Amino acid sequence: MNWQGMYTLFHKELRRFGKVALQTVLAPIMTALLYLLVFSHVLEEHVSVYNDVSYTAFLIPGLMMMSIIQNSFANSSSSLVQSKVTGNIIFVLLTPLSYLEFYLAFLASSIVRGLSVGLGIFIIASFFVDLPLHNALWLLIFAIFSSAVLGSLGIIAGIWAEKFDHMAGFQNFIIMPLSFLSGVFYSIHSLPEFWQILSKFNPFFYMIDGFRYGFFGVADVNPYLSLLVVSLFWLSFASLTLFMLHKGYKLRD
Amino acid sequence: MNPAIQIDNVHKHYGDVHALKGLSLSIEKGEFFGLLGPNGAGKSTLINIIAGLTRMDSGQVTVMGHNVVSNYRQSRQSLGVVPQELVFDPFFSVREILQIQAGYFGKAKQSSAWIDALLEGLNLTDKANSNMRALSGGMKRRVLIAQALVHKPEVVILDEPTAGVDVELRSSLWSFVKELHNDGHTIVLTTHYLEEAENLCQRIAIVNQGQLVALDSKESLLARGVGSTCTVSVTLSKPINYLTESLRAKLKSSDDNRIEFILNRDTDTIISLVDSLRTIGAEIIDLRTEDADLEDVFIELTKQVNG
Repeated sequence: MNWQGMYTLFHKELRRFGKVALQTVLAPIMTALLYLLVFSHVLEEHVSVYNDVSYTAFLIPGLMMMSIIQNSFANSSSSLVQSKVTGNIIFVLLTPLSYLEFYLAFLASSIVRGLSVGLGIFIIASFFVDLPLHNALWLLIFAIFSSAVLGSLGIIAGIWAEKFDHMAGFQNFIIMPLSFLSGVFYSIHSLPEFWQILSKFNPFFYMIDGFRYGFFGVADVNPYLSLLVVSLFWLSFASLTLFMLHKGYKLRD
Repeated sequence: MNPAIQIDNVHKHYGDVHALKGLSLSIEKGEFFGLLGPNGAGKSTLINIIAGLTRMDSGQVTVMGHNVVSNYRQSRQSLGVVPQELVFDPFFSVREILQIQAGYFGKAKQSSAWIDALLEGLNLTDKANSNMRALSGGMKRRVLIAQALVHKPEVVILDEPTAGVDVELRSSLWSFVKELHNDGHTIVLTTHYLEEAENLCQRIAIVNQGQLVALDSKESLLARGVGSTCTVSVTLSKPINYLTESLRAKLKSSDDNRIEFILNRDTDTIISLVDSLRTIGAEIIDLRTEDADLEDVFIELTKQVNG
Protein backbone atom coordinates (compact mmCIF):
# COMPACT_ATOMS: atom_id res chain seq x y z
CA MET A 1 0.00 0.00 0.00
CA ASN A 2 1.10 3.56 -0.76
CA TRP A 3 0.06 4.80 2.71
CA GLN A 4 1.60 8.23 2.37
CA GLY A 5 0.06 8.76 -1.06
CA MET A 6 -3.36 7.74 0.23
CA TYR A 7 -3.03 9.96 3.30
CA THR A 8 -1.95 12.86 1.08
CA LEU A 9 -5.06 12.51 -1.09
CA PHE A 10 -7.27 12.19 2.00
CA HIS A 11 -5.64 15.22 3.61
CA LYS A 12 -5.86 17.22 0.39
CA GLU A 13 -9.59 16.51 0.23
CA LEU A 14 -10.00 17.62 3.85
CA ARG A 15 -8.12 20.85 3.13
CA ARG A 16 -10.20 21.38 0.00
CA PHE A 17 -13.47 21.43 1.87
CA GLY A 18 -11.83 23.09 4.89
CA LYS A 19 -10.82 26.06 2.74
CA VAL A 20 -14.48 26.66 1.92
CA ALA A 21 -15.87 25.58 5.31
CA LEU A 22 -18.44 28.35 5.29
CA GLN A 23 -20.09 26.66 2.33
CA THR A 24 -19.29 23.02 3.08
CA VAL A 25 -19.78 22.78 6.86
CA LEU A 26 -21.33 25.90 8.37
CA ALA A 27 -24.01 26.45 5.71
CA PRO A 28 -25.52 22.93 6.05
CA ILE A 29 -25.48 23.26 9.85
CA MET A 30 -27.33 26.56 9.51
CA THR A 31 -29.86 25.03 7.11
CA ALA A 32 -30.54 22.11 9.47
CA LEU A 33 -31.00 24.47 12.41
CA LEU A 34 -33.47 26.55 10.41
CA TYR A 35 -35.45 23.38 9.62
CA LEU A 36 -35.35 22.58 13.32
CA LEU A 37 -36.58 26.03 14.27
CA VAL A 38 -39.43 26.15 11.77
CA PHE A 39 -40.67 22.56 11.98
CA SER A 40 -40.40 22.22 15.73
CA HIS A 41 -42.20 25.52 16.22
CA VAL A 42 -45.03 24.66 13.86
CA LEU A 43 -45.45 20.94 14.55
CA GLU A 44 -44.39 20.42 18.20
CA GLU A 45 -47.99 20.37 19.42
CA HIS A 46 -49.47 18.61 16.39
CA VAL A 47 -47.30 15.59 15.70
CA SER A 48 -46.90 12.75 18.13
CA VAL A 49 -44.03 10.36 17.63
CA TYR A 50 -42.57 7.95 20.21
CA ASN A 51 -43.80 7.95 23.81
CA ASP A 52 -41.91 10.37 26.03
CA VAL A 53 -40.01 11.84 23.07
CA SER A 54 -40.80 15.41 22.07
CA TYR A 55 -41.17 16.19 18.39
CA THR A 56 -38.21 18.58 18.53
CA ALA A 57 -35.98 15.90 20.06
CA PHE A 58 -37.27 13.39 17.47
CA LEU A 59 -36.43 15.81 14.69
CA ILE A 60 -32.76 16.37 15.61
CA PRO A 61 -31.35 12.90 14.76
CA GLY A 62 -33.29 12.98 11.47
CA LEU A 63 -31.87 16.36 10.53
CA MET A 64 -28.39 15.24 11.60
CA MET A 65 -28.57 12.14 9.43
CA MET A 66 -30.10 14.02 6.49
CA SER A 67 -27.20 16.46 6.63
CA ILE A 68 -24.65 13.65 6.99
CA ILE A 69 -26.15 11.94 3.93
CA GLN A 70 -26.25 15.04 1.77
CA ASN A 71 -22.80 16.30 2.70
CA SER A 72 -21.01 12.98 2.41
CA PHE A 73 -22.44 12.69 -1.10
CA ALA A 74 -21.64 16.29 -1.95
CA ASN A 75 -18.02 15.97 -0.81
CA SER A 76 -16.83 13.17 -3.05
CA SER A 77 -19.13 13.96 -5.97
CA SER A 78 -18.36 17.69 -6.20
CA SER A 79 -14.62 17.18 -5.74
CA LEU A 80 -14.49 14.58 -8.51
CA VAL A 81 -16.68 16.34 -11.01
CA GLN A 82 -14.81 19.60 -10.43
CA SER A 83 -11.46 17.87 -10.94
CA LYS A 84 -12.74 16.22 -14.10
CA VAL A 85 -14.24 19.37 -15.58
CA THR A 86 -11.17 21.50 -14.81
CA GLY A 87 -8.84 18.68 -15.84
CA ASN A 88 -6.74 18.61 -12.66
CA ILE A 89 -7.80 15.00 -11.97
CA ILE A 90 -4.77 14.19 -14.14
CA PHE A 91 -2.45 14.99 -11.21
CA VAL A 92 -3.95 12.10 -9.23
CA LEU A 93 -4.21 9.75 -12.21
CA LEU A 94 -0.50 10.17 -13.02
CA THR A 95 0.54 8.98 -9.56
CA PRO A 96 1.23 5.46 -8.28
CA LEU A 97 -2.00 5.48 -6.24
CA SER A 98 -4.02 2.29 -6.70
CA TYR A 99 -7.77 2.33 -7.28
CA LEU A 100 -8.30 1.04 -3.74
CA GLU A 101 -6.19 3.86 -2.25
CA PHE A 102 -8.06 6.37 -4.41
CA TYR A 103 -11.39 5.01 -3.12
CA LEU A 104 -10.38 4.92 0.55
CA ALA A 105 -9.00 8.48 0.50
CA PHE A 106 -12.14 9.93 -1.08
CA LEU A 107 -14.34 7.81 1.17
CA ALA A 108 -12.58 8.87 4.38
CA SER A 109 -12.80 12.57 3.53
CA SER A 110 -16.52 12.22 2.75
CA ILE A 111 -17.05 10.53 6.10
CA VAL A 112 -15.16 13.30 7.91
CA ARG A 113 -17.23 16.00 6.22
CA GLY A 114 -20.50 14.18 6.92
CA LEU A 115 -19.60 13.64 10.57
CA SER A 116 -18.39 17.25 10.98
CA VAL A 117 -21.73 18.60 9.83
CA GLY A 118 -23.68 16.05 11.92
CA LEU A 119 -21.63 16.81 15.01
CA GLY A 120 -22.04 20.55 14.49
CA ILE A 121 -25.83 20.19 14.41
CA PHE A 122 -25.74 17.97 17.50
CA ILE A 123 -23.61 20.40 19.51
CA ILE A 124 -25.70 23.47 18.70
CA ALA A 125 -29.04 21.65 19.10
CA SER A 126 -27.89 20.31 22.49
CA PHE A 127 -28.00 23.86 23.85
CA PHE A 128 -31.72 24.03 23.20
CA VAL A 129 -33.02 20.46 23.49
CA ASP A 130 -32.31 17.78 26.03
CA LEU A 131 -31.40 14.72 23.92
CA PRO A 132 -31.17 11.25 25.47
CA LEU A 133 -28.24 9.08 24.40
CA HIS A 134 -29.23 5.42 24.35
CA ASN A 135 -26.15 3.95 22.64
CA ALA A 136 -23.28 6.18 21.43
CA LEU A 137 -21.50 3.34 19.62
CA TRP A 138 -24.65 2.60 17.65
CA LEU A 139 -24.84 6.25 16.67
CA LEU A 140 -21.25 6.32 15.53
CA ILE A 141 -21.61 3.12 13.51
CA PHE A 142 -24.69 4.42 11.71
CA ALA A 143 -23.12 7.82 11.09
CA ILE A 144 -19.96 6.26 9.62
CA PHE A 145 -21.71 3.53 7.61
CA SER A 146 -24.29 5.93 6.21
CA SER A 147 -21.72 8.51 5.17
CA ALA A 148 -19.69 5.66 3.66
CA VAL A 149 -22.70 4.65 1.54
CA LEU A 150 -23.20 8.21 0.36
CA GLY A 151 -19.47 8.90 -0.03
CA SER A 152 -19.29 5.84 -2.32
CA LEU A 153 -22.39 6.93 -4.23
CA GLY A 154 -20.79 10.38 -4.59
CA ILE A 155 -17.70 8.82 -6.17
CA ILE A 156 -19.91 6.85 -8.58
CA ALA A 157 -21.83 10.00 -9.48
CA GLY A 158 -18.63 12.04 -9.77
CA ILE A 159 -17.10 9.51 -12.15
CA TRP A 160 -20.28 9.22 -14.19
CA ALA A 161 -21.11 12.94 -14.45
CA GLU A 162 -19.50 14.83 -17.29
CA LYS A 163 -20.73 18.27 -16.30
CA PHE A 164 -22.11 20.09 -13.28
CA ASP A 165 -25.63 19.78 -14.70
CA HIS A 166 -25.47 15.97 -14.45
CA MET A 167 -24.41 16.31 -10.83
CA ALA A 168 -27.21 18.76 -10.03
CA GLY A 169 -29.66 16.25 -11.53
CA PHE A 170 -28.29 13.45 -9.37
CA GLN A 171 -28.41 15.63 -6.26
CA ASN A 172 -31.86 17.15 -6.79
CA PHE A 173 -33.72 14.21 -8.29
CA ILE A 174 -32.26 11.31 -6.31
CA ILE A 175 -30.46 12.33 -3.12
CA MET A 176 -32.72 15.20 -2.05
CA PRO A 177 -36.12 13.46 -2.52
CA LEU A 178 -34.92 10.19 -0.98
CA SER A 179 -33.51 11.99 2.06
CA PHE A 180 -36.62 14.15 2.53
CA LEU A 181 -38.94 11.13 2.22
CA SER A 182 -37.01 8.92 4.59
CA GLY A 183 -38.65 9.81 7.89
CA VAL A 184 -36.62 12.85 8.83
CA PHE A 185 -39.71 14.81 9.80
CA TYR A 186 -42.06 11.98 10.82
CA SER A 187 -42.28 8.40 12.04
CA ILE A 188 -43.41 6.16 9.20
CA HIS A 189 -46.06 4.74 11.57
CA SER A 190 -47.90 8.03 11.13
CA LEU A 191 -48.17 7.39 7.37
CA PRO A 192 -50.92 5.48 5.49
CA GLU A 193 -49.99 1.82 4.95
CA PHE A 194 -49.08 2.26 1.27
CA TRP A 195 -46.55 4.99 2.09
CA GLN A 196 -45.21 2.96 5.00
CA ILE A 197 -44.46 0.07 2.63
CA LEU A 198 -42.97 2.41 0.05
CA SER A 199 -40.73 4.04 2.69
CA LYS A 200 -39.21 0.65 3.41
CA PHE A 201 -37.78 0.59 -0.12
CA ASN A 202 -35.89 3.78 0.62
CA PRO A 203 -32.39 2.97 1.94
CA PHE A 204 -32.15 6.37 3.61
CA PHE A 205 -35.06 5.41 5.87
CA TYR A 206 -32.91 2.68 7.48
CA MET A 207 -30.04 5.10 8.00
CA ILE A 208 -32.23 7.58 9.83
CA ASP A 209 -34.23 4.99 11.74
CA GLY A 210 -31.13 3.13 12.95
CA PHE A 211 -29.42 6.38 13.87
CA ARG A 212 -32.48 7.54 15.80
CA TYR A 213 -32.44 4.25 17.72
CA GLY A 214 -29.00 5.23 19.06
CA PHE A 215 -30.58 8.27 20.73
CA PHE A 216 -33.94 6.98 21.92
CA GLY A 217 -33.64 3.18 22.07
CA VAL A 218 -36.80 2.89 19.95
CA ALA A 219 -37.18 2.72 16.18
CA ASP A 220 -39.76 2.10 13.44
CA VAL A 221 -38.07 -1.16 12.39
CA ASN A 222 -35.63 -3.56 14.04
CA PRO A 223 -32.31 -1.63 14.24
CA TYR A 224 -30.35 -4.75 13.28
CA LEU A 225 -32.36 -4.89 10.06
CA SER A 226 -31.40 -1.25 9.50
CA LEU A 227 -27.74 -2.06 10.13
CA LEU A 228 -27.93 -4.98 7.69
CA VAL A 229 -29.55 -2.86 4.98
CA VAL A 230 -27.07 -0.01 5.38
CA SER A 231 -24.12 -2.46 5.41
CA LEU A 232 -25.38 -4.18 2.25
CA PHE A 233 -25.76 -0.84 0.48
CA TRP A 234 -22.22 0.12 1.44
CA LEU A 235 -20.93 -3.21 0.22
CA SER A 236 -22.79 -2.86 -3.08
CA PHE A 237 -21.74 0.74 -3.74
CA ALA A 238 -18.17 0.06 -2.65
CA SER A 239 -17.98 -2.90 -5.04
CA LEU A 240 -19.40 -0.84 -7.90
CA THR A 241 -17.06 2.07 -7.16
CA LEU A 242 -14.00 -0.19 -7.01
CA PHE A 243 -15.07 -1.91 -10.22
CA MET A 244 -15.44 1.45 -12.00
CA LEU A 245 -12.08 2.69 -10.70
CA HIS A 246 -10.36 -0.58 -11.56
CA LYS A 247 -11.70 -0.42 -15.12
CA GLY A 248 -10.85 3.28 -15.36
CA TYR A 249 -14.45 4.00 -16.39
CA LYS A 250 -14.63 7.62 -17.65
CA LEU A 251 -11.28 8.34 -16.00
CA ARG A 252 -8.74 6.41 -18.06
CA ASP A 253 -10.26 6.14 -21.58
CA MET B 1 20.18 -2.54 -20.39
CA ASN B 2 16.52 -1.48 -20.43
CA PRO B 3 15.63 1.49 -22.59
CA ALA B 4 13.97 4.47 -20.88
CA ILE B 5 10.75 3.85 -22.79
CA GLN B 6 9.98 0.75 -24.84
CA ILE B 7 6.82 0.70 -26.96
CA ASP B 8 5.90 -2.56 -28.69
CA ASN B 9 3.13 -2.96 -31.24
CA VAL B 10 0.64 -0.67 -29.51
CA HIS B 11 -2.89 -0.50 -30.90
CA LYS B 12 -5.63 1.83 -29.76
CA HIS B 13 -9.13 2.34 -31.15
CA TYR B 14 -11.63 5.07 -30.30
CA GLY B 15 -14.80 3.61 -31.74
CA ASP B 16 -14.14 3.25 -35.46
CA VAL B 17 -11.02 5.39 -35.35
CA HIS B 18 -7.78 3.41 -35.28
CA ALA B 19 -5.71 5.97 -33.37
CA LEU B 20 -2.53 3.87 -33.03
CA LYS B 21 -1.77 1.16 -35.58
CA GLY B 22 0.78 -1.17 -34.05
CA LEU B 23 3.25 1.52 -33.13
CA SER B 24 6.67 0.43 -31.85
CA LEU B 25 9.68 2.47 -30.81
CA SER B 26 12.40 2.58 -28.23
CA ILE B 27 13.78 5.63 -26.42
CA GLU B 28 17.18 5.18 -24.84
CA LYS B 29 18.20 6.39 -21.40
CA GLY B 30 19.59 9.90 -21.38
CA GLU B 31 18.19 10.78 -24.81
CA PHE B 32 16.59 14.07 -25.76
CA PHE B 33 13.89 12.62 -27.97
CA GLY B 34 11.40 14.45 -30.19
CA LEU B 35 7.96 13.08 -30.95
CA LEU B 36 6.47 14.99 -33.84
CA GLY B 37 3.36 14.71 -35.93
CA PRO B 38 0.42 16.74 -37.17
CA ASN B 39 -2.69 17.24 -35.03
CA GLY B 40 -4.59 13.98 -34.58
CA ALA B 41 -1.53 11.88 -35.48
CA GLY B 42 -1.72 9.90 -32.23
CA LYS B 43 1.05 11.64 -30.22
CA SER B 44 -1.14 12.50 -27.24
CA THR B 45 -2.74 9.06 -27.26
CA LEU B 46 0.72 7.53 -27.15
CA ILE B 47 1.84 9.80 -24.31
CA ASN B 48 -1.35 9.05 -22.37
CA ILE B 49 -0.74 5.32 -22.78
CA ILE B 50 2.84 5.69 -21.49
CA ALA B 51 1.53 7.72 -18.53
CA GLY B 52 -1.31 5.29 -17.78
CA LEU B 53 -4.03 7.85 -18.56
CA THR B 54 -5.29 5.80 -21.51
CA ARG B 55 -5.59 2.04 -21.82
CA MET B 56 -4.16 0.47 -24.95
CA ASP B 57 -6.12 -2.25 -26.78
CA SER B 58 -3.03 -4.39 -27.27
CA GLY B 59 0.73 -4.13 -27.15
CA GLN B 60 3.18 -3.44 -24.39
CA VAL B 61 4.84 -0.34 -22.96
CA THR B 62 7.58 -0.13 -20.33
CA VAL B 63 9.14 2.86 -18.59
CA MET B 64 12.63 2.16 -17.19
CA GLY B 65 11.82 -1.53 -17.59
CA HIS B 66 8.55 -1.33 -15.66
CA ASN B 67 5.38 -2.38 -17.47
CA VAL B 68 2.94 0.56 -17.41
CA VAL B 69 -0.03 -1.76 -16.77
CA SER B 70 1.18 -4.61 -14.57
CA ASN B 71 3.86 -2.60 -12.76
CA TYR B 72 2.26 0.83 -12.88
CA ARG B 73 3.50 1.95 -9.47
CA GLN B 74 7.17 1.73 -10.48
CA SER B 75 6.59 3.00 -14.02
CA ARG B 76 4.79 6.10 -12.72
CA GLN B 77 7.52 6.69 -10.12
CA SER B 78 9.96 6.81 -13.04
CA LEU B 79 7.90 9.17 -15.17
CA GLY B 80 7.03 12.87 -15.00
CA VAL B 81 4.52 14.28 -17.47
CA VAL B 82 3.98 17.95 -18.27
CA PRO B 83 0.47 18.03 -19.75
CA GLN B 84 -0.46 20.13 -22.74
CA GLU B 85 -3.39 21.94 -21.10
CA LEU B 86 -2.87 24.56 -18.41
CA VAL B 87 -4.71 22.62 -15.71
CA PHE B 88 -4.44 23.46 -12.02
CA ASP B 89 -6.18 23.00 -8.69
CA PRO B 90 -7.68 26.37 -7.72
CA PHE B 91 -7.77 25.60 -4.00
CA PHE B 92 -4.04 25.62 -3.35
CA SER B 93 -0.90 27.72 -3.53
CA VAL B 94 2.09 26.77 -5.67
CA ARG B 95 4.04 25.31 -2.72
CA GLU B 96 1.00 23.40 -1.44
CA ILE B 97 0.43 21.90 -4.88
CA LEU B 98 4.03 20.71 -5.08
CA GLN B 99 3.92 19.28 -1.54
CA ILE B 100 0.70 17.43 -2.36
CA GLN B 101 2.12 16.06 -5.60
CA ALA B 102 5.26 14.83 -3.81
CA GLY B 103 3.04 13.21 -1.16
CA TYR B 104 1.14 11.18 -3.78
CA PHE B 105 4.48 9.60 -4.70
CA GLY B 106 5.31 8.91 -1.04
CA LYS B 107 8.00 11.62 -1.01
CA ALA B 108 6.40 14.34 1.11
CA LYS B 109 9.00 14.38 3.87
CA GLN B 110 12.16 14.45 1.76
CA SER B 111 10.80 16.88 -0.84
CA SER B 112 11.15 20.21 0.96
CA ALA B 113 14.66 21.13 -0.28
CA TRP B 114 13.92 19.82 -3.79
CA ILE B 115 10.73 21.90 -3.96
CA ASP B 116 12.77 24.99 -3.04
CA ALA B 117 15.30 24.11 -5.76
CA LEU B 118 12.54 23.63 -8.34
CA LEU B 119 10.90 26.92 -7.41
CA GLU B 120 14.22 28.69 -7.76
CA GLY B 121 15.17 26.94 -11.00
CA LEU B 122 11.85 27.88 -12.56
CA ASN B 123 11.83 31.45 -11.18
CA LEU B 124 8.81 30.78 -9.01
CA THR B 125 10.24 31.45 -5.54
CA ASP B 126 8.40 34.73 -5.09
CA LYS B 127 5.14 33.06 -6.17
CA ALA B 128 5.48 30.04 -3.87
CA ASN B 129 2.63 31.14 -1.61
CA SER B 130 0.41 32.56 -4.34
CA ASN B 131 -2.77 30.76 -5.30
CA MET B 132 -2.62 29.17 -8.74
CA ARG B 133 -5.48 31.37 -9.93
CA ALA B 134 -3.31 34.45 -9.44
CA LEU B 135 -0.56 33.26 -11.81
CA SER B 136 -0.08 34.16 -15.45
CA GLY B 137 -0.24 31.47 -18.13
CA GLY B 138 3.54 31.25 -18.35
CA MET B 139 3.88 30.82 -14.59
CA LYS B 140 1.20 28.14 -14.56
CA ARG B 141 3.18 26.34 -17.25
CA ARG B 142 6.30 26.47 -15.05
CA VAL B 143 4.34 25.07 -12.10
CA LEU B 144 3.24 22.18 -14.33
CA ILE B 145 6.89 21.45 -15.05
CA ALA B 146 7.72 21.59 -11.33
CA GLN B 147 4.83 19.22 -10.60
CA ALA B 148 6.14 16.74 -13.15
CA LEU B 149 9.60 16.84 -11.57
CA VAL B 150 8.71 16.92 -7.89
CA HIS B 151 9.11 13.16 -7.41
CA LYS B 152 12.46 13.18 -9.24
CA PRO B 153 11.53 10.96 -12.19
CA GLU B 154 14.22 9.63 -14.53
CA VAL B 155 12.06 10.18 -17.62
CA VAL B 156 10.25 13.45 -18.35
CA ILE B 157 7.65 13.88 -21.08
CA LEU B 158 6.90 17.44 -22.14
CA ASP B 159 3.72 17.62 -24.22
CA GLU B 160 3.76 20.91 -26.14
CA PRO B 161 5.38 22.75 -23.21
CA THR B 162 5.87 26.03 -25.03
CA ALA B 163 2.43 26.36 -26.61
CA GLY B 164 1.24 29.91 -25.96
CA VAL B 165 4.43 30.84 -24.08
CA ASP B 166 6.24 34.08 -24.93
CA VAL B 167 9.72 34.04 -26.46
CA GLU B 168 11.62 35.02 -23.30
CA LEU B 169 9.95 32.40 -21.14
CA ARG B 170 10.36 29.80 -23.86
CA SER B 171 14.07 30.40 -23.87
CA SER B 172 14.33 30.12 -20.05
CA LEU B 173 12.23 26.94 -20.11
CA TRP B 174 14.57 25.36 -22.63
CA SER B 175 17.60 26.31 -20.53
CA PHE B 176 15.98 24.54 -17.59
CA VAL B 177 15.11 21.48 -19.65
CA LYS B 178 18.63 21.34 -21.11
CA GLU B 179 20.00 21.34 -17.55
CA LEU B 180 17.69 18.45 -16.70
CA HIS B 181 18.98 16.58 -19.71
CA ASN B 182 22.59 17.30 -18.74
CA ASP B 183 21.80 15.92 -15.28
CA GLY B 184 20.96 12.59 -16.91
CA HIS B 185 17.19 12.78 -17.35
CA THR B 186 15.64 11.26 -20.44
CA ILE B 187 13.54 13.96 -22.11
CA VAL B 188 10.70 13.27 -24.52
CA LEU B 189 9.36 16.36 -26.24
CA THR B 190 6.35 16.93 -28.44
CA THR B 191 6.14 20.32 -30.04
CA HIS B 192 4.62 22.13 -32.97
CA TYR B 193 7.65 24.40 -33.15
CA LEU B 194 9.83 22.27 -35.36
CA GLU B 195 12.85 24.50 -34.91
CA GLU B 196 12.71 23.63 -31.20
CA ALA B 197 12.90 19.93 -31.98
CA GLU B 198 15.66 20.63 -34.49
CA ASN B 199 17.69 22.57 -31.92
CA LEU B 200 17.16 20.28 -28.94
CA CYS B 201 16.46 16.70 -29.92
CA GLN B 202 19.07 14.04 -30.67
CA ARG B 203 16.60 11.62 -32.22
CA ILE B 204 13.19 12.31 -33.67
CA ALA B 205 10.16 10.15 -34.36
CA ILE B 206 7.49 11.40 -36.73
CA VAL B 207 4.05 9.91 -36.23
CA ASN B 208 1.22 10.27 -38.68
CA GLN B 209 -2.20 8.62 -38.74
CA GLY B 210 -1.25 6.37 -35.84
CA GLN B 211 1.88 5.06 -37.53
CA LEU B 212 5.57 5.76 -37.21
CA VAL B 213 6.67 7.34 -40.49
CA ALA B 214 10.23 8.17 -39.44
CA LEU B 215 12.56 7.39 -36.57
CA ASP B 216 16.10 8.59 -36.92
CA SER B 217 18.78 10.90 -35.61
CA LYS B 218 18.19 14.55 -36.34
CA GLU B 219 21.15 14.61 -38.75
CA SER B 220 19.89 11.62 -40.74
CA LEU B 221 16.40 13.07 -40.97
CA LEU B 222 17.75 16.38 -42.22
CA ALA B 223 19.94 14.51 -44.71
CA ARG B 224 16.80 12.93 -46.14
CA GLY B 225 15.54 16.40 -46.99
CA VAL B 226 18.95 17.34 -48.46
CA GLY B 227 19.06 14.14 -50.47
CA SER B 228 16.01 14.63 -52.62
CA THR B 229 15.56 18.29 -53.51
CA CYS B 230 17.10 21.66 -52.91
CA THR B 231 15.73 25.16 -53.24
CA VAL B 232 17.76 27.70 -55.23
CA SER B 233 16.92 31.36 -54.95
CA VAL B 234 18.05 33.56 -57.84
CA THR B 235 18.04 37.37 -57.91
CA LEU B 236 18.12 38.93 -61.39
CA SER B 237 19.17 42.44 -62.42
CA LYS B 238 15.64 42.97 -63.83
CA PRO B 239 12.44 40.91 -64.03
CA ILE B 240 12.01 38.62 -67.03
CA ASN B 241 8.76 37.84 -68.84
CA TYR B 242 9.58 34.45 -70.28
CA LEU B 243 10.73 31.08 -68.87
CA THR B 244 11.44 27.98 -70.90
CA GLU B 245 9.29 24.92 -70.27
CA SER B 246 12.10 23.15 -68.38
CA LEU B 247 12.59 26.18 -66.10
CA ARG B 248 8.84 26.47 -65.51
CA ALA B 249 8.84 22.82 -64.37
CA LYS B 250 11.34 23.72 -61.64
CA LEU B 251 9.71 27.02 -60.63
CA LYS B 252 8.72 27.29 -56.96
CA SER B 253 7.86 31.00 -56.73
CA SER B 254 8.48 34.25 -58.50
CA ASP B 255 8.43 37.73 -57.01
CA ASP B 256 9.54 40.63 -59.21
CA ASN B 257 13.22 39.96 -59.97
CA ARG B 258 13.58 37.17 -57.37
CA ILE B 259 12.81 33.62 -58.49
CA GLU B 260 12.94 30.34 -56.54
CA PHE B 261 13.55 27.02 -58.23
CA ILE B 262 13.40 23.50 -56.81
CA LEU B 263 16.16 21.30 -58.15
CA ASN B 264 16.23 17.53 -58.03
CA ARG B 265 19.70 16.70 -56.73
CA ASP B 266 19.89 13.53 -58.81
CA THR B 267 19.04 15.07 -62.19
CA ASP B 268 19.59 18.85 -61.96
CA THR B 269 22.68 20.94 -61.37
CA ILE B 270 23.07 24.58 -60.44
CA ILE B 271 25.32 25.13 -63.48
CA SER B 272 22.61 23.87 -65.86
CA LEU B 273 20.10 26.20 -64.13
CA VAL B 274 22.44 29.18 -64.57
CA ASP B 275 23.03 28.25 -68.24
CA SER B 276 19.29 27.99 -68.87
CA LEU B 277 18.71 31.41 -67.34
CA ARG B 278 21.54 32.96 -69.39
CA THR B 279 20.05 31.45 -72.54
CA ILE B 280 16.87 33.48 -72.07
CA GLY B 281 18.85 36.65 -71.37
CA ALA B 282 18.57 36.79 -67.61
CA GLU B 283 21.42 38.53 -65.76
CA ILE B 284 22.06 36.91 -62.39
CA ILE B 285 23.25 39.21 -59.61
CA ASP B 286 22.81 36.78 -56.67
CA LEU B 287 22.26 33.05 -56.18
CA ARG B 288 21.62 31.14 -52.93
CA THR B 289 20.85 27.55 -52.05
CA GLU B 290 18.69 26.81 -49.02
CA ASP B 291 19.32 23.76 -46.87
CA ALA B 292 16.39 21.56 -45.98
CA ASP B 293 15.12 22.00 -42.44
CA LEU B 294 13.07 19.68 -40.29
CA GLU B 295 9.91 21.32 -41.51
CA ASP B 296 10.64 20.25 -45.10
CA VAL B 297 11.27 16.68 -43.96
CA PHE B 298 8.18 16.71 -41.77
CA ILE B 299 5.95 17.99 -44.57
CA GLU B 300 7.36 15.53 -47.05
CA LEU B 301 7.03 12.51 -44.76
CA THR B 302 3.53 13.31 -43.54
CA LYS B 303 2.48 14.16 -47.12
CA GLN B 304 3.67 10.75 -48.33
CA VAL B 305 1.44 8.95 -45.81
CA ASN B 306 -1.53 11.25 -46.35
CA GLY B 307 -1.13 10.90 -50.11
